[in-house]
Amino acid sequence: MVEKLGLALGAVVIGVVGAVALFWLLNKACEMLPRKWENRLKPYALILPAFAVIGIFLLYPAVETVMSSFRKGSYGRLGRWVGFDNYRRLFTDPDFINTLINNVLWIIVAPALIVAMGLGVAVLVDKLNARGEKIAKSIIFLPMAISMVGASTIWNLVFAWKPEGQPQIGLFNQIVVWFGGAPQTWLQIDMFRFNTFLLMMVYVWTQVGYSMVLLSSALKAVPEDTIEAGRIDGATEGKIFFRIILPQAWPTVITVFITVLIGVMKVFDIVYAMTNGNYTTNVLGNAFYGALFKAGDPGTASAIVVILIVAIIPVLIYQVRQFRIQEANS
Amino acid sequence: MSTATQTVKKKKDAGRDENSGRSVGAGKGILIIEIIVVIMCLLWLIPTIGLFIASIRPRSESNSNGWWNVFANPTQITIDNYREVLTTGAIPMGQAFVNSIAVAVPATVIPILIAAFAAYVFTFMKFPGRDALFILIVGLLVVPNQVAFVPLSIIFQQMGINGQFATVWLAHAGFGMPLALYILRNYMASLPKSVVESAEIDGASHWKTFWQLIIPMSTPALASFAIFQFLWVWNDLLVALIFLGQGDNAVLTIAVAGLLGSRGENWHLVTAGAFVSMIMPLIVFFALQRYFVRGLTSGAVKG
Repeated sequence: MVEKLGLALGAVVIGVVGAVALFWLLNKACEMLPRKWENRLKPYALILPAFAVIGIFLLYPAVETVMSSFRKGSYGRLGRWVGFDNYRRLFTDPDFINTLINNVLWIIVAPALIVAMGLGVAVLVDKLNARGEKIAKSIIFLPMAISMVGASTIWNLVFAWKPEGQPQIGLFNQIVVWFGGAPQTWLQIDMFRFNTFLLMMVYVWTQVGYSMVLLSSALKAVPEDTIEAGRIDGATEGKIFFRIILPQAWPTVITVFITVLIGVMKVFDIVYAMTNGNYTTNVLGNAFYGALFKAGDPGTASAIVVILIVAIIPVLIYQVRQFRIQEANS
Repeated sequence: MSTATQTVKKKKDAGRDENSGRSVGAGKGILIIEIIVVIMCLLWLIPTIGLFIASIRPRSESNSNGWWNVFANPTQITIDNYREVLTTGAIPMGQAFVNSIAVAVPATVIPILIAAFAAYVFTFMKFPGRDALFILIVGLLVVPNQVAFVPLSIIFQQMGINGQFATVWLAHAGFGMPLALYILRNYMASLPKSVVESAEIDGASHWKTFWQLIIPMSTPALASFAIFQFLWVWNDLLVALIFLGQGDNAVLTIAVAGLLGSRGENWHLVTAGAFVSMIMPLIVFFALQRYFVRGLTSGAVKG
C-alpha cells in the first residue's frame, strides 16, 4: 500500500516538476531564436504539450476507432478488413435493435425530465427562506457528488426483492406489501420497458441537482424590474413565470438540456451496475463494453462507438455554433 | 455549458441578495410549497440513509429484513461489516481505497499545469490558427471517451502495461484536457486585460506574467477544475474497468460494482462497500461546497 501511494506521489512530483521543466525548456528554446521567430513560434511551443496529449489520447485513437470498425476482430486483436460487416451484423441483431430503442427512449425521456424537474425545484426553493433554500438545494445536489455505481447500489437496495411471505429488504416492495400487493422483481419487468424507466429514474435522481443549481441562478438573474412591470400590468403569477421569467432564462434551459443530453447518450455505469444490460435494458455504452471485453471483439465495439459518434454529431455542431455566437457577442 | 457558467457569474455580479424569495404575499401558498419541497428532500435522502443504516446493521439482520426495522431495535449497530469489507473479498475495499487515491491524485495534478499554459496562450497571445484550434477543443468537449478505448487498450496491451496506474493517469490527463483548457481559458478571458497589458509595457516576459500574475489570479478556476477532475476520476467506472480491470490495482467503483454483481444478496457488505466509496466525495462536498458546485456545474459536459 505504501508502495502504491509512493508511486502516486512520485507521479505527482514527476508530473509537476517535469511539466515545469518542459515548459521552461520550450520557453528558453524559443528565446534563443531571433526575436521575430520567437514571437511567431512561442504560442505553438507552449500549447504543444496540451495538444500532444489530446492528439495521442483522443484524436489519433478516434481515427483508429473509425478504421477498426471496418475490421474483423477477436480476442482483443484486430484482423482483416471486412467492409460494413460489423455494422450489418449489428443492425440485423434483434438485441442490438432493442439496445438502440432503449437509447432513443433514454434520449427522449431523461433530459426533458431532468430539466423540467430541475426547473420546478428551482422555482419552489426560491420561495423558501434563505436557510430552507440552502438546505433543500444541498440535499438535492448531493447525489451529484457520489458515483453512479454508488447511486446504483442505493437504488438496488430500494428495488430489492424477497419472495412473498418473507420480510422485504427493499423499500419499494415493502410499500407494495403494506398496501396488500405481491412483491415484484422490479428490474426484471420489461413490459413497456418498465425497467428501463426505473433505471432512468435513478439517473434523474442523480442529475436533477445539477439542472436545479444552474436554472436557479438563471432565474435569479432575471431583472426584477421586468417582473415588477408584469405585476403592475396585473399579470398572474403563472403568466409572469411563463411570459416574463422563463423566456429570459431560456438560454440556460437549452444549455442544461444539451449538457444532460450528451451525458444520457453515453450512459453506462447505472445500466452496467444495476442490470448489466439484461432484461432488455441494454444501452450503447454497455453494449460497447460487452463487445470489447466479454465478446473480445474490438471491431464490433468500434462500430458501436461510431454509431454513438454519428448520433452525437448534431449536438457537436450545435455546441460549436453556440460557442461561435457567444464569442462574437463578447 | 458556457452560457451556464456565465449565468453563474452574472448572478455573482448582480450582487442580488440571493436568499430573498421574490414572491410577494405568498403566505398561504408557502405552506404547500414547503410540503412539496420537504417530500422531495425526503425522496432524495431516504434511499441514501437506508443504505447507510443497512451498512451498520448486523449481517443476519441486514440480509433478512428491511433497514427501517432498526427503529424498532436501535441498539443493534455494528461496524463489523466495514471491517469485513475493508479487509476481505475478491477486492478488499481498503486496498481499493488506496488504489483510488493512487489513481485520482496524479490524474488530477498532471493535466493542470499543461492546460494552464495552453489556456494562457489562447487567452493572451495572438497567432494564426488560434480560433480554429480552440473550436477543435470545444468540439472535443462533447466527444465521448469511448472513441479512444479500443486502440488504447490494444496499444497498452502490446506494450504490456495494461492494468498499470500509468495508463489511467495518462488517459485521464488526455480525456480531461479539453475541459481543463476550456474552463481555464474562459476564466482567464474574464480577467482584466489591462493587468496583462501593463505588465507587458513594464517589459515583463510572458513567462513572468504567467507565473506571477495569471496563475495567482486564476486560483478559483484552477480549484474548480481540480475538484471536478478529482471527483470525476474518483467516481469513474468505465475508464478504470477498461485500463485497470479487476486485478490488484482495481479502484473503489470497480470493487463496488463487483460486490453488487457477485454478492448482491450480501447486503451488509454491498452497502458498507458502497458507503466506503462515497466517503471521499461526501467530505469534498461538505468541506468545499462552493468550489465544488462551481466545478461540477462547469464541467458536467465532460465526456
